[in-house]
Amino acid sequence: MRTSLKWIKDLVPGIEDLTPQEYLDAMTLSGSKGEYYVELDKNLENIVVGQILKIEKHPDADKLVICQVNVGQEEPVQIVTGAPNVFEGAVVPVVLAGGRVAGGHDGSTPPEEGIKIKKGKLRGVPSNGMMCSIEELGSSRDMYPDAPENGIYIFKNREDIKPGDNAVKALGLDDAVIEYEITSNRVDCFSILGIAREAAVTFDKPFCPPVVEPTGNDEDVNDFISVEVKDTELCPRYTARVVKNIKVGPSPEWMQRRLAAQGIRPINNIVDITNYVMEEYGQPMHAYDLSTIAGQKIIVRRAEDNEKFVTLDGQERTLDNSMLMICDAEKPVGIAGIMGGENSMITDDVDAILFEAACFDGTNIRLSGKKLGMRTDAQSKFEKGLDPNNASAAIDRACQLIEVLGCGEVVGGMVDVYGKVKEPHEIPFQPERINRLLGTDLSAEQMLGYFKSLELEYDADRNVMIIPTFRQDLLGTADLAEEVARFYGYSNIPSTLPSGESTSGKVSFKHRVEDVAKETAEFCGFSEGMTFSFESPKVFDKLRLDADDPLRQAITIANPQGEDYSIMKTTPLNGMLVSLARNFNRRNKDVKLYEMAKIYLPKSLPLTEYADERVQFTLGFYGEGDFFTMKGVVEEFLERAGMHDIVDYDPNAGKSFLHPGRQANIIYQGKVIGYMGEVHPEVCENYDLKTRAYIAVLDMPVITEMATFDRHFKGIAKHPAVNRDISMVVKKDILVGQIEKVIREKGGHHLESYHLFDIYEGSQIKPGYKSVAYSITFRANDRTLEEKDITAAMDKIIAGLEDLGIELRK
Amino acid sequence: MKDRLQKIRNEAIAQIKAAGGMDALNDIRVSFLGKKGELTAIMKSMRDIPPEERPAFGQMVNEARQEIENSLDTMKKDLAAKARELQLKSEVIDVTLPAKKNHLGHRHPNSIAQEEVERIFTGMGYEVVEGPEIEFDYYNFEALNIPANHPAKDEQDTFYITKDLLLRTQTSGTQIHTMETQPLPIRMIAPGRVFRADELDATHSPNFHQIEGLVVDKNVTFADLKGTLAEFAKQLFGEDTKVKFRPHHFPFTEPSAEMDVTCFKCGGKGCRMCKGEGWIEILGCGMVHPHVFEMCGIDPEEYQGFAFGVGLERIAMLKYEIDDMHHLYENDIRFLKQF
Repeated sequence: MRTSLKWIKDLVPGIEDLTPQEYLDAMTLSGSKGEYYVELDKNLENIVVGQILKIEKHPDADKLVICQVNVGQEEPVQIVTGAPNVFEGAVVPVVLAGGRVAGGHDGSTPPEEGIKIKKGKLRGVPSNGMMCSIEELGSSRDMYPDAPENGIYIFKNREDIKPGDNAVKALGLDDAVIEYEITSNRVDCFSILGIAREAAVTFDKPFCPPVVEPTGNDEDVNDFISVEVKDTELCPRYTARVVKNIKVGPSPEWMQRRLAAQGIRPINNIVDITNYVMEEYGQPMHAYDLSTIAGQKIIVRRAEDNEKFVTLDGQERTLDNSMLMICDAEKPVGIAGIMGGENSMITDDVDAILFEAACFDGTNIRLSGKKLGMRTDAQSKFEKGLDPNNASAAIDRACQLIEVLGCGEVVGGMVDVYGKVKEPHEIPFQPERINRLLGTDLSAEQMLGYFKSLELEYDADRNVMIIPTFRQDLLGTADLAEEVARFYGYSNIPSTLPSGESTSGKVSFKHRVEDVAKETAEFCGFSEGMTFSFESPKVFDKLRLDADDPLRQAITIANPQGEDYSIMKTTPLNGMLVSLARNFNRRNKDVKLYEMAKIYLPKSLPLTEYADERVQFTLGFYGEGDFFTMKGVVEEFLERAGMHDIVDYDPNAGKSFLHPGRQANIIYQGKVIGYMGEVHPEVCENYDLKTRAYIAVLDMPVITEMATFDRHFKGIAKHPAVNRDISMVVKKDILVGQIEKVIREKGGHHLESYHLFDIYEGSQIKPGYKSVAYSITFRANDRTLEEKDITAAMDKIIAGLEDLGIELRK
Repeated sequence: MKDRLQKIRNEAIAQIKAAGGMDALNDIRVSFLGKKGELTAIMKSMRDIPPEERPAFGQMVNEARQEIENSLDTMKKDLAAKARELQLKSEVIDVTLPAKKNHLGHRHPNSIAQEEVERIFTGMGYEVVEGPEIEFDYYNFEALNIPANHPAKDEQDTFYITKDLLLRTQTSGTQIHTMETQPLPIRMIAPGRVFRADELDATHSPNFHQIEGLVVDKNVTFADLKGTLAEFAKQLFGEDTKVKFRPHHFPFTEPSAEMDVTCFKCGGKGCRMCKGEGWIEILGCGMVHPHVFEMCGIDPEEYQGFAFGVGLERIAMLKYEIDDMHHLYENDIRFLKQF
């Protein structure tokens, strides 16, 4: 929403002296947020009304003339111009030397600080100022249709101005346009009158809206037109009036200036009146050429499916049964609330018009506009849901303007199809409740003062507020409290901390485990990344997932922003690989990333219940390090999460996106808690990642179930440990995990730890075998172990290893 | 005898003073005080002395021994000190050589901002809760007083999964879950990921984060909302931060407000960061709408509450002066390393 500041000031006497900034700041604090303002007189300095007294030819230039211009000073000012439209006696805007204009005469984008006008010589003849075109004054012919296409702006029939007057004021450019962000609940503020009413309360000044006197001749509008509304749901009210003997012409200066300030191009008096009333009252109006309305009848009905209609912009539209049409006895003449038809458009030789001011269902208008791909000013007003009582006020105002402007003869009476009349509603007045909500201690009188200015009436007998129908947003005490707060001033309300029962601040256990994961990752050199939750269904192929892989069962977004963002991720890998590849291709070395984010697994498709949103702790890196670097990070985390048992790694993880020989499921207490491995070279290629990369994915919901922050001190060993080294030759396909399992299972209760200190394949070992050496540590808590304790345990271990076909190296 | 003793003593002390190192000192000790040393020898010659003079002579020998020993000790200490000094001198390093770092990873600025906010509110007795990102229309809209066909639904440009399920456009639905299930009073914040159909550009992302806050108790007021959020702003942006509340409209709060803070870069004087205004818009807030309470089965006559929602990316971008949203989701290590 935007308003001319001057227009508002005209309706709220007493605020004339406010600067645009002061106005905007105060309005913002009372709830009509001013986004910014544009001063129409920006960079216009020292510009006066001048009258050309004499024009002479320039001695040395065919296209230039020398003008003597009366600018209200003792001596006329000499100005050389090349403008073709000047004549002796013309009254023009003149920028005096030392002044400033907003732009060049060609209408090109004006420089930020305008253009300074200096005394100078044109082809040897002194020129002490400049006569201005409308473009040089920062405006355009769109807004000043009376300005010439090429040349100086010439004031016409302006008895009210004389040479030396402020030309900016004479042009109505002494104004600022305020742009507001009006919230959707304040339908009434999408109008000049609504904003002016807010301004009046904000500045505590009277609000003086136009007084609309009765209009019309002795004739009866019902003799000219009848209206039938077939769908009163979609059209709660339809008012119509008739104006005959139309004299189409330009609207007066003041109306043109107000419309121009609103950003609306003046066209002619009839169109301008409908636009003016739309701005002023927030009620869109439409004018039909009455002679095009067949059968003197308006019918408001739903369109038929696939009905075709040409709107006044010449476009053919295809309608459907959900949309509302305005028709005459034979044909449609407009799409209700959106755009009129080409067939009933008023033209310059129109004789009689039919004014329409109606109220349509906002939602229906919004949806129809969406379906048609249209967005008109009228539509944007209707779709907010207008007050039906405003329709008759607006149409009467339009007829008043017809009479004031003398551009037609208004026929008496109004056709008003208004089924269920919208009545003001009531809210009990509970000042103590309002104070309790706001934390204030305001008197009932103070509150009633604000309400009165807002035109809410107080019924003291019943202690209720009567809410006018234009305030459809006020429904209960909380809404009244906001009105009090707005005008008392949000900044005047005290600032306190909640009292009452205290609560303990806390985070969930899940949250704590995730924090530990993040910390551990960072200690290990991994930085946190974030990727989107949605991705392309193509990632499944990039990751080499089988056609029947359950990860392909993704939740699909019905209205995505393109295919790349169309499914909810079922695996965190794509995000990680894209991030790694991006770093790699930007030549960042040794990049380690982690992400703590959800995947979204459907319990069934199509989705009918909450998805299984599982937080995944994903680690990925390239550069320095290998599979076992990643394994180290995983185990550091699990230990910090209190998961001290042995972690198993099952190489048969079956992940198609990982290197077949370098992958493992991570298993804790028999449960798969994640997987890790080197990224399959083909997947790396698919991501344009020209290096080896390693990833690990841990399923946080499972880990959270197993994690604990309980710790129990076990004492520090007092008795010495005994070490035994053992070296063996084993078949290559035996995993050290199997050897360690034997050591654990056979080592007895004195086994403290074991440590792989050598693994070797090569010339001294027979082909297909590897040499593996462990240092095994035994200790008892209560005594020093004796040789026989150790030997017994070692014998069992060796026997177990021999069962695996392992031979000891002596 | 006495003269001899005196001579030995003088000789020993002279040698000690001249000794160049520990080994020499040791040799001196042996040659004078050792079993075959000169002083030992003189002790042995005691029998040549008349018995009545023996005690006095013995004392003299002992004194000489003591003197030599003291001298030895002193010299030892001197030498050790010199040696230590030499060693230290030889071990001088260039302390400006590069550090050996562990190269720790870095946390995402969104997370850092989120943790800041969580720290502030848990300190004020709030519980951190979470809610689903794929949400029912009811929790995202209807229960928040945004019925079907409400224009606010359009404004938020929702991603839908089905007619009833959508990607939540705001964390506000967590308010409803909390009020439906948790005992009163409530003080909670709910950080989380939200989605809106905005194109990714310098200031928008279709995937972003919010933190919701909710307080419900019998006498929570708009003044409490102001005080709480002013405290939050001070803790987040600095003690000198001032706040300004402007009326606004949200369907699920009434009265509603937007909160601005004084620009933490220029302190309110106006700069590029605050576009010359001195104020920066930070969050939306308001008193829980009575209708929302009713839908959650809470009596609005008995309970009052306030709620607020703040954009995490906005906080992070302002606080850390990040000029482009793209950085937050590209995961370029050169970006992440700066936090």
